[in-house]
Amino acid sequence: MNRSFGLSEFIYLLAALRWTLLLSLIAFVGGGLVGFVIAILRTTNSRVLRLLTVGYIQLFQGTPVLMQLFLFYYGLAVLYNMQVDAWPAVALAFTLYAGAFLGEIWRGSIQAIPRTQWEASACLSLSYIQQLRFVILPQAMRLSIPPTVGFLVQLVKGTSIAAIIGFVELTRAGQLIVNVTFQPMIVYPIVAALYFAVCWPLSLFSRTLERRIDADLGIKRHL
Amino acid sequence: MHYAFHFNVVWDHWRELAEGAWLTIELSSLAMVIGLALATVCAYAKATGPAAVRWTIAAYVEVIRNTPFLVQIFIIYFSLPALGISVDANAAALAAMVVNFGAYGTEILRSGIESVAHGQIDAARALGLTRLQTFRHVVLFPALKTVFPALASQFILLMLASSVVSAISAVELTAVTNSLQSTTFRPFEFYFVATGLYLAMALGFRAIFGAIYWSVFMHGQRS
Repeated sequence: MNRSFGLSEFIYLLAALRWTLLLSLIAFVGGGLVGFVIAILRTTNSRVLRLLTVGYIQLFQGTPVLMQLFLFYYGLAVLYNMQVDAWPAVALAFTLYAGAFLGEIWRGSIQAIPRTQWEASACLSLSYIQQLRFVILPQAMRLSIPPTVGFLVQLVKGTSIAAIIGFVELTRAGQLIVNVTFQPMIVYPIVAALYFAVCWPLSLFSRTLERRIDADLGIKRHL
Repeated sequence: MHYAFHFNVVWDHWRELAEGAWLTIELSSLAMVIGLALATVCAYAKATGPAAVRWTIAAYVEVIRNTPFLVQIFIIYFSLPALGISVDANAAALAAMVVNFGAYGTEILRSGIESVAHGQIDAARALGLTRLQTFRHVVLFPALKTVFPALASQFILLMLASSVVSAISAVELTAVTNSLQSTTFRPFEFYFVATGLYLAMALGFRAIFGAIYWSVFMHGQRS
């Protein structure tokens, strides 16, 4: 006898959405720390540090997330000589993936701050750290918020790929429900709708913030 | 760590991997050409069509951009057959990529069309150019110049995202790698090399698009 898609199946999907959100949160926080360091290093004067961080960003932006997941999954297995749980591999891969994108976004925000701001704060005899802390970062932070929220949408959607290595989040839960109900025409559109319910408000929020900053800076954009 | 890496096994299968990489390039290129045609129609209809058409296209763009690619693939491959539309895995993969690229492309083209200042069009019309001449000589070139970099990176994103279609066993580089690693029991080595191939393709395409952009749009210009 087949189960059909009902309330308990819907609740199962909602419960799995929790893991999608938790994974996104872990990757966002971890990736935020990595990305912050990357952004700072990329804007320093050291050539070696800049090359290293460019390499890191190229590596993670130039390869498929799925490949990164496979490499971390099997790489950790090689390292510990046994099949590992999907959790650490997935969390680590998405953290480094987010770190590369956030690093690049925040580098752009830091470099968007006019050179004269650095010079003026240097004239006030602020140290490098003080210049960043009190003058550059507060301004850069404001610019960085819309693209950061935009990336969060990309991250939430991206975590669906973890389903392929068997990590149970929303998409994998959808597959499991399809396996017992044989109703893909109901289940997958609902899965898509749940993602949409999370991502669309974030997209709209990002666009609103962007428009507000443009307005403050006197940039007129056709929207 | 007591693991001996065996990359010579990968080398034995270089021909299959190269064919897989070529399939990825073919699939992505075909998806981009068809997707670009779809995006052109959508961008044009969104700029000039009646309200109902504009809303439909806006909804299409928002839905695709705020749901995961993997779920879109599942809907096309698993959900549509329930409505009597049955396609094989490769066709479903291509369709998903076209639909996905179409949505992002629509947004990119729209911004390109809007980037041409309205005064330029008015001036061309005042000089007695026909609508077609205005489009051909005044709008098209600057609009293409504006959107070219965005379309180029969108193509690279599409190519990297195409690794996900291996989940419905459409044939491309990731699927080839999956089957090779499962018969040789050397997952890490195979995924490592496949990741390298993706990176090489991404960097290669970026260089090619950069060269095209430079020779077409920057030729004879000082900037």
